[in-house]
Amino acid sequence: MLEPLAKPSAVASKFSVIDIADLSLRFETRDGPVQALSGVNLEIARGEFVSFIGPSGCGKTTLLRAIADLESPTNGVIRVNGMTPHEARLSRAYGYVFQAPALYPWRSVARNIALPLEIMGFGKAERDARVAKGLELVNLAGFGNKFPWQLSGGMQQRASIARALSFDPDLLLMDEPFGALDEIVRDMLNQQLLGLWEKTGKTVLFVTHSIPEAVFLSTRIVVMSPRPGRIHDIIESNFPRDRALEIRETREFIEIANRVRHGLREGHSYDE
Amino acid sequence: MKSALPVAIVVIALLAFWYVAAALMNAPLQRDAFANAGRDDYSTTDLVGASLNMERPKLPAPHQIVAELDRLILQTAPTSKRGLVYHAWITLQETLIGFFFGASLGIGLAVLVLSVRSLERSMMPWIVASQTVPIIALAPMIVVILNQFDITGIAPKAVIAAYLSFFPVTVGMVKGLRSPDPLQLDLMRTYSATPAQTFVKLRAPASAPFFFASMKIGAAAALVGAVVAEVTKSEDGGLGARLLAGSYYGQTVQIWAALFTAAALSAALVGLIGLASRLVLRRMAFTS
Repeated sequence: MLEPLAKPSAVASKFSVIDIADLSLRFETRDGPVQALSGVNLEIARGEFVSFIGPSGCGKTTLLRAIADLESPTNGVIRVNGMTPHEARLSRAYGYVFQAPALYPWRSVARNIALPLEIMGFGKAERDARVAKGLELVNLAGFGNKFPWQLSGGMQQRASIARALSFDPDLLLMDEPFGALDEIVRDMLNQQLLGLWEKTGKTVLFVTHSIPEAVFLSTRIVVMSPRPGRIHDIIESNFPRDRALEIRETREFIEIANRVRHGLREGHSYDE
Repeated sequence: MKSALPVAIVVIALLAFWYVAAALMNAPLQRDAFANAGRDDYSTTDLVGASLNMERPKLPAPHQIVAELDRLILQTAPTSKRGLVYHAWITLQETLIGFFFGASLGIGLAVLVLSVRSLERSMMPWIVASQTVPIIALAPMIVVILNQFDITGIAPKAVIAAYLSFFPVTVGMVKGLRSPDPLQLDLMRTYSATPAQTFVKLRAPASAPFFFASMKIGAAAALVGAVVAEVTKSEDGGLGARLLAGSYYGQTVQIWAALFTAAALSAALVGLIGLASRLVLRRMAFTS
């Protein structure tokens, strides 16, 4: 393993939001058992932006889903805010953003953002206030009355982020949220997400396929490898918080990106 | 308006085909009638003209059916038992009542099948089997049994209408309530929504297109059930009773008039549901 190039990041707080110890997850499929995750150990502190990068089948989505209590581990322990994932889900500790916006077509954008608020029992006045704030946050003010089909893919995904943040969770889990969008929109959304993170101080777990995206956004990059899914390398990254897209050309950025690529290659991500 | 021309062409072609078929089918009968009357000096035009205006034809010509409809609907009092309006109203009542209960049962069953996983495997075969028994055999039995309990008149026919209409609604709604994709269901899990909340906020709205489609089929099936039930017990009137009366007395034109009225009724019901469907689905932004 290479020596860390960047200085160790000064984390906002020592409180560990997510604690994963020796996590294993095996799926029983028709073609036999698949070891999706094996021996994963990870600690994530409050306010961090952690990216998970790896090829398809390396378990990064499965890991995120296990943290969200959408999958059950076969071995090992996960603690979210000190609770089990199940308790964390019931206490509505996180917002989840999927690869597809998954907006309900029969609801306007505003009512889509209000969906979790309705389920969690917020009153009408509170819901309206939070929806307005959410729309502002993702630069969709004025689009509240439109329907999803009237929005572009990028705008729909922004609405889905606003929805995930509407009930103010401290933890945001994002599974390749910008994967289906073109590069120009992606760049813009990366900047907006960064601004949002800087402004709200939330802890973000971000699964991605894109090396530049992972290096640009994160305080730490977790490189995973497949068969069985496990963590290959964890790389710290310490760019200034108000970074612009131009840092992607700096030497430090390229070195970290190379280190990520090296890790992926070592983990047989580029093999057949 | 662009679609009016193709439709008009098809209708005209259909009418032309009908006239030819009527002339061909009725000609032998008409020839016998001429022979019986001792006439042998008729031309082909006379033959064709006569076959298209017979009193008891094999296949009535369109203008004969229109004339009969005019006579029985426009020129008879609505309350008269000789007119079609009176009987159409009876059939309509049976259809609407039966369809209301059938659709309610269908939706209720769909919700049940959704909530209790074992019910689908254990109940669906029975439900499917119930629909495969020929209704023309089942209807008299049901009517007789209900008559034993002093349930007469419109009610037994409504029961049969309900019987035929609940199945399409059940099948359609089960599919509709299961239509949300896994991502949307996962989303509900991340909010730890209760099954009831998931039902009201996700499954029910998502099933709207399936709801209207299955209602259209159910409405048509309910009408068929009502008419078939009336054919088997015709004392209480209705369009099926007029069909039966026409066939007893060989009044083929009367049969066709009753048939057209039933078809028009069915088309009107399905059309109304279609209109409601377009209005609601557009408001719900279902683009399909």
